[in-house]
Amino acid sequence: MEANQSFVNFSEKSSIKVALVGNPNSGKSTLFNALTGLHQKTGNFPGVTVDKKTGTAKLSATVTADFVDLPGTYSLYPKSLDERVTFEVLCNPVNADHPDITIVVADASNLKRNLFLVSQIIDLKIPVILALNMIDLVEKEGDTIDAVRLSEKLGVKVIAISARKKVGIEDIKQALLQPLPVPQYDFIDVKNFAGDLIDKIKAVVKVNSDFAAFQLINNFPVISYFDKKPEQKQKIEAIINASAIDHNKLQSNESVERYRVINRIASDCITEKSAIKTETFTHKLDAILTHKIYGYAIFLVILFFIFQTIFFLARFPMDWIQGLFVIISQWATHTLPAGELTNLFVNGILAGLSGVVVFVPQIALLFAFIAILEDTGYMARVSFIMDKMMRRFGLNGRSVIPLVSGVACAVPAIMSTRTISSWKERIITIMVTPLMSCSARLPVYTLLISLVVPQDKTISFFNYQGVILMCLYLIGFIAAMVSAYIFKIILKAKEKSYFIMELPVYRTPQWKTVGITIVDKVKLFLFEAGKIIVAISVILWFLSSHAPGDRYQMIDKKYASTEMIGKYNEKERDAKISSEKLEASYAGILGKAIEPAIKPLGFDWKIGIALVTSFAAREVFVGTMATLYSAGNKDNSQTIREKMRNERNPETGLPVFTLAVSFSLLIFYAFAMQCMSTLAVVYRETKSWKWPAFQFLFMGVLAYISSFIVYHIFK
Amino acid sequence: MKGKKVLKKLSQLKIGESGVIDSFTDEVMSLKLLEMGCTPGEMVTLDKIAPMGDPIAIKVSGYLLSLRKEEASTVLVAVMSEN
Repeated sequence: MEANQSFVNFSEKSSIKVALVGNPNSGKSTLFNALTGLHQKTGNFPGVTVDKKTGTAKLSATVTADFVDLPGTYSLYPKSLDERVTFEVLCNPVNADHPDITIVVADASNLKRNLFLVSQIIDLKIPVILALNMIDLVEKEGDTIDAVRLSEKLGVKVIAISARKKVGIEDIKQALLQPLPVPQYDFIDVKNFAGDLIDKIKAVVKVNSDFAAFQLINNFPVISYFDKKPEQKQKIEAIINASAIDHNKLQSNESVERYRVINRIASDCITEKSAIKTETFTHKLDAILTHKIYGYAIFLVILFFIFQTIFFLARFPMDWIQGLFVIISQWATHTLPAGELTNLFVNGILAGLSGVVVFVPQIALLFAFIAILEDTGYMARVSFIMDKMMRRFGLNGRSVIPLVSGVACAVPAIMSTRTISSWKERIITIMVTPLMSCSARLPVYTLLISLVVPQDKTISFFNYQGVILMCLYLIGFIAAMVSAYIFKIILKAKEKSYFIMELPVYRTPQWKTVGITIVDKVKLFLFEAGKIIVAISVILWFLSSHAPGDRYQMIDKKYASTEMIGKYNEKERDAKISSEKLEASYAGILGKAIEPAIKPLGFDWKIGIALVTSFAAREVFVGTMATLYSAGNKDNSQTIREKMRNERNPETGLPVFTLAVSFSLLIFYAFAMQCMSTLAVVYRETKSWKWPAFQFLFMGVLAYISSFIVYHIFK
Repeated sequence: MKGKKVLKKLSQLKIGESGVIDSFTDEVMSLKLLEMGCTPGEMVTLDKIAPMGDPIAIKVSGYLLSLRKEEASTVLVAVMSEN
């Protein structure tokens, strides 16, 4: 080591800022989990929809480390949103997250490609520790990596670790407390490619290294950190515009040169046992999992299993949660003083909370599966075998899982689109997933179908009701695919979409990662989408339980008369009162107000009220119908069905729920976006009200037009 | 086996066939491929083709990389011709 080597030492500070960077699949997150344990939380990088995972660890009695897990990237070229975050944090010394020390995690079994990012970070001349992960895999192959020599060649500290086996974690913690060499010599000399320009930039801006200036030149349009220094920005812009540089050429020269040096270093430091790699396990498994018959068959079985789990298995905890909330509500109603405040608490807030917590089992189960599929390396194969089919519709191979999960519930399904790296494909998946018929539509479908289709009617072997139900699911799927295709044409991509990705080797899943993923996703949903859901729930409660003026008192007075008491028993009277009160409420007024708009679809104002209240959750339709038709016990579908069947149009005297109206309503429920929870999650996932608003409109228009057509065909 | 070197597109390789990366025909695409380790002079082997004929997976610098045929067709590789 050179005598004039400079060192940095942060052990005097009470907290050291440490960033973790590395290629996707390098085990970066595993190391992050091993370092921070459960002391971690997920937030957002300011202004972007990129998850920011932070955590802490005690290094000594007096020093703690604040870790930030930066998005995985193959290079410091900011092509995607994720990569831009990593780029800005590392390259901009005044960024709020700019670290004292950067730990670069590299997959030792795939060292050459991993060294590319390592070498770029070294050239930024920031204090670096190289964590040579999966060293156990390298040794298992019989290969060796000379970490000492590698450290000498790179000029940084190198620590061989196995994050999965928790080997070397303490070494890393200790290394953070020791003096660290600041990389001194350039890995490659970028001045060979743009020497004058780098000098000119360095005269205007203070940068750590030639490469930092080079990065500035090459990525200027996407760099945001000069936004607050317009003067400097103008100067840099002028320098770049005055030169006739070819950005692509510069980047390509840099990449080729880096790999030239990397190849030299790698052959110096890696001793391979034999040139022919066995890698039998991954290769053999791939032969089955990407096979043209078995591959799809196995994927289908996995999808079926996931679907069954979130559709049926989740029902039990969901019922417990709902049961628990019923008990709490009853307790609150009896214990708290009767009045408006208790009413708000029980029917507004508690109902909203119940509507939030009830999603937790489905979210937890779906993310358990997704974490396992990602962690084992299987998810990349799903992309591989589904890409061609899904690409035609503007979707991604990974869109299959959200779409299928959408049949159970769109909320966890939309949260799972995070694994789709292309912005456009992800947005399209989010937009069309709610068209898949979810489990909340099922009670509506069953009620309406049973209303117009006799139970015993069959088409050859098939039950007629069952066939219609299946058609509804099919229609939802077709609508999703057709919409996706249309979005593919009209949406402009923010960034170029590549399919160029690694197929990682198969590994056994880590249960800790699975657990952390579940906790993370549940927390995100509860605290971010949850707020919005509770707020809307309170609004809906107000609308359906309040009326302008003294309307409610009039109803109470009317039924308090001796005539009414003689006419109906107490139960009948209560049912009549709730029915009339709902009609008189703001929701009722809204339902009546939209009647002219929904009349062309065959709907009357009572259906209008149900459409309004259904926004809390689609299955509320059944409860609203029960109240409106004074069916009393809302769980008694027999009674609701009878009452609805007997309902006559006051003008024509004909039944309201004809085949045409029922089919029209079925199609409306299949297509319309009547779910506040989904909208809240779309907002959370896109960080903009633009997308949920657009989704609400497009699905509404689709529902309206389709219902109109269906009504007029069957009328 | 003796033969002479011919250039073909990476997308035209047969399973198990190897070639040495020669050049790229699409500059923007080449940048992404370069950072993934597909540099000129590097040996690549076609490992598998997805069941529907696209995408493909290649072995390069010790790992498996999948890419669409459209993307692979921008890479020219030198292979030994068999005759």
